[in-house]
Amino acid sequence: MTAAEIARDVSAGRISAAEITASTLAQVDAVEGDVGAYLTALNDLARAYATRVDERISAGERLALAGVPIAVKDNMCLEGTRTTCGSKILEHWIAPYSATAVARLIQAGAIPIGKANCDEFAMGSSCENSALGVTRNPYDLSRVPGGSSGGSAAAVAASEAAIGLGSDTGGSIREPAAFCNLVGFKPTYGRISRYGLIAFASSLDQIGPLTRTVEDAALAYDLMAGYDPMDATSLNRPVGRTADSLRSDLTGLRVGLVREFDTKVLGERSDALYREAYRELERLGAELVEVSLPTADYGLATYYLIAPAECSSNLARFDGVRYGLRVEGNDVAAMYDNTRAAGFGAEVKRRILIGTYALSSGYYDAYYVRAQKARTLIGRDFARAFAQCDLIACPAASCPAFEFNAKSDPYSMYLMDYYTIPMSLAGVPALSVPCGWTVPEGGRLPMPLGLQLCAPLFGEQLLLGAAHAYERATNHASAHPPETGAVRS
Amino acid sequence: MNPAYEAVIGIECHVELKTATKMFCGCRNEFGGEPNTKTCPVCLGMPGALPVPNAKAIEQIVRTGLAFDAEIPAFSKFDRKNYFYPDMPKDYQISQYDMPLTVGGVVKYWLEDGTMKQCRLTRVHLEEDTGKSTHAGSGDGRIAGSAYSLLDFNRAGVPLMECVSEPELHSARDAVAYLESLRRTLLALEVSDVKMEEGSLRCDANVSVRLAGTTQLGTKSEIKNMNSFRSVERAIASEIARQIEILDSGGRVVQETRGWDELHGVTHPMRSKEEAHDYRYFPDPDLTPIAVARNDVERLKSELPTLPWQRFERYTGEYGLGVNAATQLIDNLSLARYFDAVVVRSGNPQQSSNFVLGELSRLANETGVDVANSKVTVEDLAQLISLVESKRINSKIAKELLGRMWEGAGSPSDIVEREGLAQTSDPSAIEGFVDEVLAANEKVVADYKAGKLNVLGFLVGQVMKASRGKADPALANELVKKKLSS
Amino acid sequence: MTPDTIDIRYVAKLARVALSDDEIERFSKELGELLGHVRALEELDTASVPATAQVVESRNVLREDVERPCLDREVVLEGAPQRQGGFFRVPRIIAQ
Repeated sequence: MTAAEIARDVSAGRISAAEITASTLAQVDAVEGDVGAYLTALNDLARAYATRVDERISAGERLALAGVPIAVKDNMCLEGTRTTCGSKILEHWIAPYSATAVARLIQAGAIPIGKANCDEFAMGSSCENSALGVTRNPYDLSRVPGGSSGGSAAAVAASEAAIGLGSDTGGSIREPAAFCNLVGFKPTYGRISRYGLIAFASSLDQIGPLTRTVEDAALAYDLMAGYDPMDATSLNRPVGRTADSLRSDLTGLRVGLVREFDTKVLGERSDALYREAYRELERLGAELVEVSLPTADYGLATYYLIAPAECSSNLARFDGVRYGLRVEGNDVAAMYDNTRAAGFGAEVKRRILIGTYALSSGYYDAYYVRAQKARTLIGRDFARAFAQCDLIACPAASCPAFEFNAKSDPYSMYLMDYYTIPMSLAGVPALSVPCGWTVPEGGRLPMPLGLQLCAPLFGEQLLLGAAHAYERATNHASAHPPETGAVRS
Repeated sequence: MNPAYEAVIGIECHVELKTATKMFCGCRNEFGGEPNTKTCPVCLGMPGALPVPNAKAIEQIVRTGLAFDAEIPAFSKFDRKNYFYPDMPKDYQISQYDMPLTVGGVVKYWLEDGTMKQCRLTRVHLEEDTGKSTHAGSGDGRIAGSAYSLLDFNRAGVPLMECVSEPELHSARDAVAYLESLRRTLLALEVSDVKMEEGSLRCDANVSVRLAGTTQLGTKSEIKNMNSFRSVERAIASEIARQIEILDSGGRVVQETRGWDELHGVTHPMRSKEEAHDYRYFPDPDLTPIAVARNDVERLKSELPTLPWQRFERYTGEYGLGVNAATQLIDNLSLARYFDAVVVRSGNPQQSSNFVLGELSRLANETGVDVANSKVTVEDLAQLISLVESKRINSKIAKELLGRMWEGAGSPSDIVEREGLAQTSDPSAIEGFVDEVLAANEKVVADYKAGKLNVLGFLVGQVMKASRGKADPALANELVKKKLSS
Repeated sequence: MTPDTIDIRYVAKLARVALSDDEIERFSKELGELLGHVRALEELDTASVPATAQVVESRNVLREDVERPCLDREVVLEGAPQRQGGFFRVPRIIAQ
């Protein structure tokens, strides 16, 4: 069931939040052994939330997400729950407060089912960097679910939640959504509060939903978006309701195809699927135009200086002093060194090192400042492109979900973000929506592909509206069930 | 100090603002209290927490800059200063690097002899304070040799102004006078309690020496751990002497951080927590830039109170008060304001100062009531002064009157009328008293006539007594002398 | 102009992360490779381009000087790796 359906049924009294929660928790029991989406299943807490929702509904309250089970990525604080960021350094940390975005969904009646696995501190594109668990792609358990929001994606794909909350810094919502046959949506930077989202790269991080349908993503976004006084970077702009903006066609819209993102490089089958997707947009009434993002090719280099620089500073607080892991030392300096050596995995260490280096004396201008200038150019590219089109369409990822250990070279993993990074750098809203299936080379099962759509800054209504039209017309998502956790009814 | 050398001193102060809440979160900003009871996810640096700047703190630093004639740039931002230390909850401090909220400025100060001098400021910027650490296991609470440390984050996140002076002070005495003026100004602005004993004012000094008459700066050392103005003076003087001795004997001064040892009166090299750090400053992506509106700057400037140095110039210049009297008034703002109002009404700063700092302050001390809150209104005191000026009453009566006014007996002219306290300036009336006194003190008169001239004071005093204090003392003196010489 | 090699030991010290010799060797190689890719940015003409300060421009997002409730101390110290009474405790700050 979609979130919208659940909310309608629970609100109408056809089923209780407690029943939905019970059946979801049963599903969790059934499939977690294979999927491993959750680091912490919330069980009693979920039941308590459900009881509360049922009480509120009896009292006549209208709750937009009544009884909807949600997966919360484990880099988001939920008061009283273990919040680990997939890291040993926070393996036992209990959050004393809740993230604003999570609280807003709970306020609207959502039921947190579990804290979802992720790449450590959101750094990765496959969920393989988690230090605390392995998550498998429900569509093929020998493959990764994507990352860093892999747990949230797998949970929704395996019916262990109707909405997954993820965070996107360079593609960490969109790519796992593409890998797991879901809609994954990253709003304009600043639309959703980052208070309570454990920071990776402050100027890039955004929370967003992973869902079965565009409508569900719209519902979740409408509830989470909006100014939060606890986050100075959250936007104080009116949030246009996206759930009311869903379109049935794309008449009158111009869709830009990026010259630099020629899909031929993706292989014959994927190329064909994307070209078919673009034709579908045209059939829906859109005019296809060619646009150029000349600096997009420098996106990776830009991102892999800015994001690590910010993360090197954001992760300094994990020092063994006030919370989290401590490994003793003869003195404080040794304690820091030992704690962080033991607490952080290899990818996190790599990024802390390169980030520290990029900010260090003598290199700051050559690396960090230069990258921020390149970022300005990328932003300008998008602005120029959007003068000629209303939306841009391109792949969400360069390949479908790959097998475990397939990308052991760090740089080959970084390349997974190639298509998603430029949107993050420009801050524009973007999403991935299922656009077809392909059996990967040497694979056994068909795996989904994701079409990425992005809109100008603050263009969430147009973006979700158009994505809905495409989804309705094509319905690719329902073509194949997952290997594990198939939707029951 | 050896006149062959010149000392060059710069002072760096950290001032805790007394806003209601901390710089980046809503925790109470208050000295003392049980450890770790005034904290939240933000000031504890917990995962996921974010800073939001305190608008009041920004206003206070702008006012401070304006009071020192600093420039308030149109654009300012916060930067992260990255280093690891256990009292730093995020292991970076939110501070300001290259675009501070105020630039330049000047601190005008005065020496004990009344000389006005000045020292320019480089800048004043805003940052957050760290937590507090106490050290255990070394036997004396010091960090060296300690076995472990305890951390209290109540202070973490308190708004801090860092005031950096140019190296334009040339003696320990000047440094202290500079600090005193800085402190007085911050008190007048009501931005901080500036109590060194509570840590709301902390200062470090950069000290170097060079041959007198040269312009190149010598190697400086940074002096820390000075806990009072007296320590500052002693520490700087000690460091200047130490450096001169080194240079005199042909050695070279090492650039280092030195801690003042109050007990032994010397500085020792110490490891600075900030030694040799690459702070990797970058603009804090969690915060927006600050654009201070020009009309806000104008408004805040127009609302500045009278500043201590302005008072000092007026009091010692225009009013002709002594340095001590001026300083006493400046150090008691409510008294100074009262004094200012009395001067306006009476037009007589000298007398105003005499009464305010003299009898009124004595009464205030005795009764525990502030002069400004007493029953002696500004109008009443001004009236008293004019009665003295016109010689309607003498100073002894005036003192009595003040006592009565303090208790609420009404205006001076009313009391004088009611009780007939007007000074007698009628010579014939006084003559009567003089004759009485001389007749009653034959021996003393004989002593005077024999050459013992100093008994005159005793006789005049007896006349004053006989007249129940109302005789015009000058006239009484004159008449007694006249009668004695006849 | 910008070298391809990083002094990993120095950077690790700044970042307060102890690394094994294996890690130093491995990271030197991997980060050197990354730096090689990153050098492509030198091809861009950024001389007259301002660095991005914010993706969405805004100014003066502040808060009023109004109190908010603090955390209960027991909650604060609950996750402390080591506490002593109402304090957090850490090993000696200056090495012996």
